[in-house]
Amino acid sequence: MTVSLQAIVDFIQNNFIKDDYWKYLTNGFSITLQVTFFAFLIGFALGIFLAIIRVACKDLSPSWKTPSGFLINLLSKISNIYITIIRGTPTTVQLLIMFNVILINLHNLKIVAILTFGLNSAAYMAEIFRSGIQAVSAGEIEAARSLGLSYMQTMSKIVMPQAFRNCLPAFGNEVITLFKETSISGFIGLVDLTRGAGILISKTFRAAPPYFASALIYLIVVLILEQIFHALERRITHD
Amino acid sequence: MIKIRNLYKNFDKLEVLRGVNLEIKPSEKVVIIGPSGSGKSTMLRCMNLLEKPTSGEIIFKDQVINDSHVDINKVRENMGMVFQQFNLFSNLNVLENLTLAPVMRHRLNKDEAETKAMELLKRIGLPEKVKNYPNQLSGGQQQRIAIARALMMDPDLLLFDEPTSALDPEMVGEVLELMTELAQAGMTMAVVTHEMGFARQVANRILFIDEGMIVEESYDPNDFFDNPQEERTQQFLSKIL
Repeated sequence: MTVSLQAIVDFIQNNFIKDDYWKYLTNGFSITLQVTFFAFLIGFALGIFLAIIRVACKDLSPSWKTPSGFLINLLSKISNIYITIIRGTPTTVQLLIMFNVILINLHNLKIVAILTFGLNSAAYMAEIFRSGIQAVSAGEIEAARSLGLSYMQTMSKIVMPQAFRNCLPAFGNEVITLFKETSISGFIGLVDLTRGAGILISKTFRAAPPYFASALIYLIVVLILEQIFHALERRITHD
Repeated sequence: MIKIRNLYKNFDKLEVLRGVNLEIKPSEKVVIIGPSGSGKSTMLRCMNLLEKPTSGEIIFKDQVINDSHVDINKVRENMGMVFQQFNLFSNLNVLENLTLAPVMRHRLNKDEAETKAMELLKRIGLPEKVKNYPNQLSGGQQQRIAIARALMMDPDLLLFDEPTSALDPEMVGEVLELMTELAQAGMTMAVVTHEMGFARQVANRILFIDEGMIVEESYDPNDFFDNPQEERTQQFLSKIL
């Protein structure tokens, strides 16, 4: 069987070019990238915060009786509960609860998605950072303290830089997971890449081209992310 | 320089130190020996509060340092420690390892710290390693740099916790040589070690610790090794010499 050039051109014409069909994919892709990027920022910042709170609570074992100790203990307890709930429930359900219950008065779907995925990813990133922090040699921490460095100075100069190095592979995975997980945004009617492909199918009545096209776009972005993280890993190891 | 008064330390139900009293005077070199599990490392680690005493007092330069009002970081700036596992900062190169503490603690500015670091590296014979990372160095080199890192703070007292126990035999010499040089320069030192030759040569006092107590104390190292008084000391020395 031979496929003529004309047939390929017609195929692309009918599935992607006609009536600007491709815009469903590119607009959706743009939404997917925005949601991923801002959710990543929230997840990263909140994840580090949660991890530090939990590690500090364990390291310092502060007393409930002092104001700062009370705060650290309380925040650590809240972090634990938060991480348990987020990791123990499906992201889709979290998204629907945010949309239909918690943020019912917020009509910007993009922000609902960003908040949901950001808060979700934070719980996973917190666990990744925590394991990275705990893998730092106790001896190096003692050495820093023995020289007079404070707990916070030791954290910022010795523990955190090494923790980032330790958890970079797991961290890369989490970013990729987050990116792909935004494909459930369609559940709340946000037209991301996946939902864009769905709408396109309702126009052309052909499922394969849009779905494969969107899958290819996801794949290319994941490959790029993998390269970025490999490059980062190479940069910060001194072996 | 430092006084230990009636020091007790428990780990849960285990009594590791049971009433230790000790005073170390300026430029004394005190070598602490004893079987493993005797509490000698714990005693050393109590001196800079890496271990918190269960009861008793640690008095450094006339200040009770295990009091909750004391800024322990300030105290530790004047008390260096050298560890069995070297514990150089693996994310920093040699120069950064040396300059981190004096700069962070505002002892020296960056330029002064780097000048001082280069001087120390020359003194220990490793100036060419300045940009290397710890995992690119031998154990002996790492330990000499760890000693230099402690010296960067101009400590009044140096604590050595089995500094040669993790080294390959051929590297023990270079570290002991540096420690001997420091001793001759007048540094106050407390050394937990199994190097009896070093103890004989450098110590002006030897402590034998067993089961959390100082069993025997001698101001004459040669006499201590040749004529140990206590039966427990005799048993220990007969096994290791």
